Amino acid sequence: MLVPISWIKDYVDIDIPVELLAEKLTVAGLEVAHLRYIGLPQADVPGLRMPRSDHLVWDREKLLLARVVEVKAHPNADKLVLAMVDYGGEELEQCVTGASNLFKYQGQGEINPPIWGAFAMEGARVWDGHSDKPRQMTLKGKELRGIYNKSMVCSEKELGISEEHEGVIILDHEERYVAGAPLAEILGDVILDIEFTPNLARCFSMIGVAREVAAILGLEMRYPSFEFLAEGDPIEEQVKIDIREPELNPRFTLTLLRDTEVKPSPFWMRHRLRLIGQRPRNNIVDVTNYITFELGQPLHAFDYDKLLNRAGGPPTIITRLPEAGERLETLDGLARDLGEETILVADTAGALAIGGVIGGGETEISENTRNVLLEAAAWNNISVRKTIKQQRIHTEASARFSRGVHPSQSILGSSRGIELMRQLGGGTVAAGLVDAYPAPPQTVTVALPIERINALLGMDIETDQAAEALRRLEFETRIDDDVIHATAPDHRLDISADPIVGQADLLEEIARVLGYDRIPETIMADEMPPQRENPGVFIEERVRDILAGLGLYEVINYRFSNRETEAMLTPDGAASSLPDAEYVEIVNPAASDRDVLRHTLMTNMLETAANNARYQRTQQVFEIGKVYLQRDEVLPEEPLRLGILLTGARDQPTWRVGDAGGAADALDFYDLKGVIESLLEALHIDDFSYERATHSSFHPGRSANLLLRRAPVGAFGEIHPQVAQRFRLADSKVFYAELEVARLLQYQQRLHKIEPLLTTPAILEDIALIVDANVAAHEVERVIRQAGGRLLKDVTLFDVYTGDPVPPGKKSLAYSLTYQDPERTLTDKNAARARKKIIGAARRRLRAELRS
Amino acid sequence: MSQTVEVLRNQALDALQKTTTSDELVQWRSRYLGRKGAVGALFGTIGKLPAEERAAFGQGVNALQSELRKAFEEREQLIREQVLAQDLEEGEIDITLPAYPRQMGGLHPATRTHREFQSIWAEMGFQVYQSHDVEEDDFNFTLLNLPPHHPARDMQDTFYTTNPRVLLRTHTSPGQIRAMRELGGGGSKPIRVILPGMCYRQEQVTARSEIQFTQVEGLAIGRNIRMSDLKGTISEFAKRMFKADAKVRYRASYFPFTEPSMEVDVECFLCGGEGCRVCKYTGWLEIAGSGMVHPTVLRNGGYDPSLWSGFAFGMGPERITMLKHGIQDIRYFWGNDLRFLKQF
Repeated sequence: MLVPISWIKDYVDIDIPVELLAEKLTVAGLEVAHLRYIGLPQADVPGLRMPRSDHLVWDREKLLLARVVEVKAHPNADKLVLAMVDYGGEELEQCVTGASNLFKYQGQGEINPPIWGAFAMEGARVWDGHSDKPRQMTLKGKELRGIYNKSMVCSEKELGISEEHEGVIILDHEERYVAGAPLAEILGDVILDIEFTPNLARCFSMIGVAREVAAILGLEMRYPSFEFLAEGDPIEEQVKIDIREPELNPRFTLTLLRDTEVKPSPFWMRHRLRLIGQRPRNNIVDVTNYITFELGQPLHAFDYDKLLNRAGGPPTIITRLPEAGERLETLDGLARDLGEETILVADTAGALAIGGVIGGGETEISENTRNVLLEAAAWNNISVRKTIKQQRIHTEASARFSRGVHPSQSILGSSRGIELMRQLGGGTVAAGLVDAYPAPPQTVTVALPIERINALLGMDIETDQAAEALRRLEFETRIDDDVIHATAPDHRLDISADPIVGQADLLEEIARVLGYDRIPETIMADEMPPQRENPGVFIEERVRDILAGLGLYEVINYRFSNRETEAMLTPDGAASSLPDAEYVEIVNPAASDRDVLRHTLMTNMLETAANNARYQRTQQVFEIGKVYLQRDEVLPEEPLRLGILLTGARDQPTWRVGDAGGAADALDFYDLKGVIESLLEALHIDDFSYERATHSSFHPGRSANLLLRRAPVGAFGEIHPQVAQRFRLADSKVFYAELEVARLLQYQQRLHKIEPLLTTPAILEDIALIVDANVAAHEVERVIRQAGGRLLKDVTLFDVYTGDPVPPGKKSLAYSLTYQDPERTLTDKNAARARKKIIGAARRRLRAELRS
Repeated sequence: MSQTVEVLRNQALDALQKTTTSDELVQWRSRYLGRKGAVGALFGTIGKLPAEERAAFGQGVNALQSELRKAFEEREQLIREQVLAQDLEEGEIDITLPAYPRQMGGLHPATRTHREFQSIWAEMGFQVYQSHDVEEDDFNFTLLNLPPHHPARDMQDTFYTTNPRVLLRTHTSPGQIRAMRELGGGGSKPIRVILPGMCYRQEQVTARSEIQFTQVEGLAIGRNIRMSDLKGTISEFAKRMFKADAKVRYRASYFPFTEPSMEVDVECFLCGGEGCRVCKYTGWLEIAGSGMVHPTVLRNGGYDPSLWSGFAFGMGPERITMLKHGIQDIRYFWGNDLRFLKQF
């Protein structure tokens, strides 16, 4: 909400710079997002930082309030006039001006009642009114169609008040105006842009803000008068109220103004409304807006004669729920279907307005309105919230009622509103006011012991001090044996009747008024809860470290996906290998391709790889994240998965001889297997094995399942070429693994034993075996290890060879073997014996030949 | 016969003088001093000499052997020095040629910031408690003092699922209720946890807002937890996270699940509080929302709010990461462009 400081000063005499006030409001929870300066200089407050404002600061010597005494015709120009201006100088100043709104005073002689303008002397700095771009200029004397001119009467644009440049500023006469007074004292202002959190409904008006200002600064609050001069016939005979849903409409008040004149509001009213971003219309509508912003109590004005016509006599205002299929054309010109829960203002002939939200077109104020019926009511905030959601409408009234306006404010709004209307438009106010108040809210009194305040805030304050803080916010307080009994003021709905919650409500108010900076900073003295081990977090972070150490980068993807993309993981004609579960489906997705939560990390990982392929020769990445499997429970299972993806070149290119220009090796299946085994090794998981994968997203011949203690943990291998193609990854093969993190946690050894360091010498030798091409390598290794026995410490495959001289259908596997006896020096003879056994076993069990 | 020794001596020393490399040296040694070398051969001839000459001849050959060994060592030393000198003189490489790149990996910036958070909080006794991403409406809102149609529900645009009771958590706060119910022993035990995790909001994805973001929530429950403890604890965090003398400002604010509530600003660590573009010339950066746990929330967690109290706070690690590294676009986080990820 835009809050002119000049308006707030109507209610409280602020004695500190506005910049410091903004800081204090912000710290007290009324966040001042921006300060807009009009004419006044920005003050420097020590210790306070703020953005520099580049506004025009009005020269107090050269920008003055001046009376426009007379407007004369320009002898040489039709589109210019001569304004004779009293700026407090010896003589009247003659300003040549084209201001359209001065033309009507031409030839009147001395203008009466007097009008006032914003006068700029030669040398004054103003905005260039004719420039499209903001540009400042210094006023210089020059001839305008034969008449020398060195000063001017200013438009709002020239002063930086608004973009208005059609006419000049014309202020209506006020007693306090003196010719030659610095303009800054009359129109200078600072506009605070304040953001309100939902609990601050009571602050959503000038008086609401002023009350906070008064409380924070410890100043007196000065309320406007709520008296109204009512000399007409009693209102009771002229209108009646019938509230049918007191829950939704706890209070409804009406006042009536007869024989008034609808016309433009005076300058001060139009100016204030424009400063807060409202468009002035006419004096009646302007007053309803003005009171909405001044008091926070929205008003609605009806054309009383139209109601008389509709009812064929004195109307009865009925508030009720809609009838089936009922419609209303609202002020914004829309014909609206009124759901079932929308509370209406109606008469006997039908709906007139949506309660607390917007009026109807038929009974609105027009230029011809003579008699005004003014509504000030209270509406249930939840009901209004439902209505504005359903009707997709937002008005200043609904913004306030949807947060909550206390019913006590209705009568204040009525009284002040009808009196202002009478002052601005003339006429006679009917005696009294009709006040239907079937559901007053309960008065809340909270008992707050001082030791509770100090125990919860960690402060050491006196009972009186705490009570005083509440009194500043207009609570009524009574102190009884160190217990404060505080009764909430009647503009507040946010203090709970629950004794403990009410205490918390008051604590916040006390802390705010005293200042949060007064609360000390302490170290928790409370009992420390038992610390638990957290293996889930431990393993997750350990896996991240291991994989980053292996040269992989961590990615984090959206957890959203869609069914079609996940279906792309299954090649044509194959059965899906994705989890057998329902999707968690979003009913209001951010985008149609993000309408479910993922069942696998694979789609996101492949998409990420495709996106990166443009810039990366090699990609080695992993993600640890949840997938979401909806089964029979209300909430889905959220297992944590590890996805690993490798694609592209194994190494970065270098200038090294032999590398240059040569095709770098591509990453392949065994790189991925190496990452997995390194991970298992680092987690000290020994008992792992592989079987051919049956996951349809992988190439059937180049993929595997990882088994830990013979239980599957996930599949890995080359992504099925068709799947890769669909994800725009056809250029280079993609290797991918997806593992259950819970299984890694389950099987990792947190207490593993180390191998002793042997000091005995080892004997190394190589052996090459020729076996059938379809014999699995791990089969050969197992035979070697079994036959080699205790002395065979290590077996490393260092060559796989097919082709001449190895016969067709065969392959040669070359191993380097390490023999070592932990206790004594191994003799050649022992090693030879082991070797013989190995060769024998290989012949027998693998039909292997020794390659010579 | 000493003539023979003398001939061999001259010949060997001559040859030694001609060696220039360590290979030649090795050859020379095997020719003259090796097992089958020339000096050895002279020893072999001793037996064929008359007995009275043997002693003198033997001494002569022994002396020759010692002399040649010594000469060899000297020569070897000399050559070693020459080779070294030459290598130092001529063995220069172009040190400006590019390095061979090593294969590096790295953690996502979000993970890095989370770890920083977690270790700081762990030092203060706050342990990680993990909760669901997909939540019940009750836990995300109602039990946190946000009943249906509460105005504050508008502050958060929620992703709802086909089950009207179920949504994607809009904040990590529902974990507060779950932690209290799981760890609180029916409202009889103190709690100190942080709740890190992914949260979701139905917003327009822009450089400044994402539909998915992480939060770290903290919760302390005890019989004697005060608002001053909250301030002390958060200030301590700020000192460890930003800098030892970080100034902190507390502003009154509103969250339905805490009362009193406050926003926490830390002195802008980019400009030192002088005012810059990032802190919008205010000198402050907002780092957390916090407050005393609302009595209704304590009740919903199983605690009697007249006997127990607590505080809670929530922080946005992405925002802090962005501030620290000058990241202008929040979409970088889940965009996973390796050009971005490789900069951490």
